[in-house]
Amino acid sequence: MARTDRYTRNMNTLSQEENRSLKSFKVCVIGCGGLGGYVIEMLGRIGIGSITAVDYDKFDETNLNRQILANTTTLGRNKAIVSCERMKKVNPEITLNPVEERFDNYNGNRIILGNDIVVDALDNSDTKRLLGRLCSEQKIPLVHGAIGGWYGQVTTIFPGDETMELLYKDSNNPGIEKQLGNPSFTPALVAAAQVAEVMKVLLKREGVLRNRILYVDLLNMEFDVVELKK
Amino acid sequence: MIDLKVEVRLFATFREGREKKYILELPEESNILTVLDMLKIKEEDASILLLNGRDGDAKRMLKDADVLAVFPPVGGG
Repeated sequence: MARTDRYTRNMNTLSQEENRSLKSFKVCVIGCGGLGGYVIEMLGRIGIGSITAVDYDKFDETNLNRQILANTTTLGRNKAIVSCERMKKVNPEITLNPVEERFDNYNGNRIILGNDIVVDALDNSDTKRLLGRLCSEQKIPLVHGAIGGWYGQVTTIFPGDETMELLYKDSNNPGIEKQLGNPSFTPALVAAAQVAEVMKVLLKREGVLRNRILYVDLLNMEFDVVELKK
Repeated sequence: MIDLKVEVRLFATFREGREKKYILELPEESNILTVLDMLKIKEEDASILLLNGRDGDAKRMLKDADVLAVFPPVGGG
């Protein structure tokens, strides 16, 4: 396939000008597991110019039920490295930066600095809250996603919104995923919604989930958007 | 005597074994805790309590036609 045909099917969802502009954007994905694997896949295929993939963890057998990058050849390998290797095969036109570090208070600012937007694909509330604070301080928009069992949530947070503080104010309260685990289908759906949010923020489209949370209930097959008031 | 009617919307795991939505008829001086008790939801399990879209504590008093949404924490990734 000729190189020029790569983005043909992005038309007319994106205009040609919008599609070209994607090359100039830098997106940082924190966590390369259930959500992050799919997020990176979709960002790379659509043509985001630079993707930073952050994860200290290695694939293990418990990841195989849902994490797109976990397979029998990647067990024991670092998730950030594997995600970048895969996307290099899919789209060699983009820049991929693997970061093999645990996102924390010490490296967090350095990792997100210079990105146009950050994607929360983390698996714990403490680090999600930290990411929310650092993105707000650095004035970088953040697309949050979280999953547990049949359920998931997505929202987009701009500096000063403090949505993450609302979602995770009680650090002693474990998420429902601790009881329910995570099946194969919920991460793919929530990741897709996160990537759609990333695209709208970068392209300055309307309909962004700001001060609104999408709640996904795949058991009852219901999608609710809940407005947040201050 | 019924003094106020409140709409309660439950999300995620709170729907299991319960309805998704209730219209509750409550006496005057009811607060969010009254509703959680009626629905057998522990206060500590409800990480977000949106009363007419605003988050806050469970001691907030209810008035007629209020809409309460109750969410458990979801943190997986």
